[in-house]
Amino acid sequence: MSYQWDFGLVWHYAPLLGTGIEYTLGLTVVTSVIGMVIGTCLALCQQSRMWFISVPLGMVSEVFRCTPSLVQLIWCYYALPIVLGITLSPMSAALLALSIYGGVFYGEIFRAGLRSIDPGQWDGARALGMTSWTMMRRVILPQVLRRMVGPMVSQTVLQLKNTSLVSVVTVPDLVYQGQMVASATYRPLEVYTTIAILYFLILFPLTQLSRLLERRWA
Amino acid sequence: MSQQPPMIQITNLSKAYGKNTVLHDISLDVPQGGSVALIGPSGSGKSTLLRCINLLEEPSAGSIRVDSQVMEFGPRSQRPGGARLAGFRAETGMVFQSFNLFPNMTVIENVMAGPLYVKHVPRDAARAQALELLDRVGMAHKADVSPSNLSGGQKQRVAIARALAMQPKVMLFDEATSALDPQLVGEVLGVMRDLAAAGMTMVVVTHEMAFARDVADTVVFMSGGYVVEKGPAHDVIENPQEDRTKEFLRHFHVGRN
Repeated sequence: MSYQWDFGLVWHYAPLLGTGIEYTLGLTVVTSVIGMVIGTCLALCQQSRMWFISVPLGMVSEVFRCTPSLVQLIWCYYALPIVLGITLSPMSAALLALSIYGGVFYGEIFRAGLRSIDPGQWDGARALGMTSWTMMRRVILPQVLRRMVGPMVSQTVLQLKNTSLVSVVTVPDLVYQGQMVASATYRPLEVYTTIAILYFLILFPLTQLSRLLERRWA
Repeated sequence: MSQQPPMIQITNLSKAYGKNTVLHDISLDVPQGGSVALIGPSGSGKSTLLRCINLLEEPSAGSIRVDSQVMEFGPRSQRPGGARLAGFRAETGMVFQSFNLFPNMTVIENVMAGPLYVKHVPRDAARAQALELLDRVGMAHKADVSPSNLSGGQKQRVAIARALAMQPKVMLFDEATSALDPQLVGEVLGVMRDLAAAGMTMVVVTHEMAFARDVADTVVFMSGGYVVEKGPAHDVIENPQEDRTKEFLRHFHVGRN
């Protein structure tokens, strides 16, 4: 093996990768927050006793759970504008697809969290005369949120890694920028190694933080 | 002599899950300050009846009145909304077999939860009242610990204090001592005995026949979703008239005291 590793050229393009990191982090934060909001709504609506709300939402979330996010992204970018007769920028398509995809999974986590609470907790809160909202806020959510930290962080880690898909629709995230640098330098091995290290450096502290929180709240 | 209306009035109450009827046309009055023990084999509907009184279970038909609030159920009655249900439940206290204390709160916060979040009592007043109630059930020294550090008997005494904090008109006990180790049963029954003596209107689902005989003034024996026999506590336990009551009570050795 006589491949000569040379990271010098990659270093030269650091500002391009910097832009990529900004896009990757920005997309992750925005789609995670929107996804958590969507997920909360989904979970609460699916608790609903009104079947005409819970059944259709359940079906929609299954569609998103059972198709790859790459396919959803491409569909949102190329097919959705034709169906609706609108134009979608690459960024809008990326935000839309990743938010809903994330939302469906955040929703599942939230739903599992709610189901894991002992039914007696609901009885206890109701028997005191709490309304649904008060019960959620004071009794159920404080217990659910603690249990959800681990799975939520895992899902957010996946969400960040999923943002790499947006390079397919030309959003300049870390992977897209990497591709640019690779084609400019003819050094794909060094570039993708660098990108892998960058992803790791972003995510490793996050998973460690979640371990810490879980241990503290256990 | 003017007759005081009963504190709890259950009229023609039925409960069905689909085609499976678990309570058949039950009527029962509990006078102000009265204490009723519901006894019977498991699956007889006694816990369901108790849970219907504060509407944790929604009756299929009939009506329930607690003090001045009436709820009607049946095909022609509209189902009560969330706020109405909450208002109704706020006037009845309930104690569960599995305690159902809130693990995200300390002991005193559990007792303050109802007044703070339902009645919107100021925090200082809620705290003072909670300490008083914890003292009454002998738990004031554990005010600031987590419920998970308590024994079953201690948890149940805190749960009683939590229910009392809402200053309920009636107290419902759903097998309050069934999950306790035998040596811890006494401390909870003691608190319940004191409550009955203090004039609280109580409905108690229990397997403690001695307690039913000595503390309740009325015993109701249920089987298969029907009230089979009801009468003065001592008479029903010591001298049951119905065959099914006799058969049930034969399984218990009720010590004399």
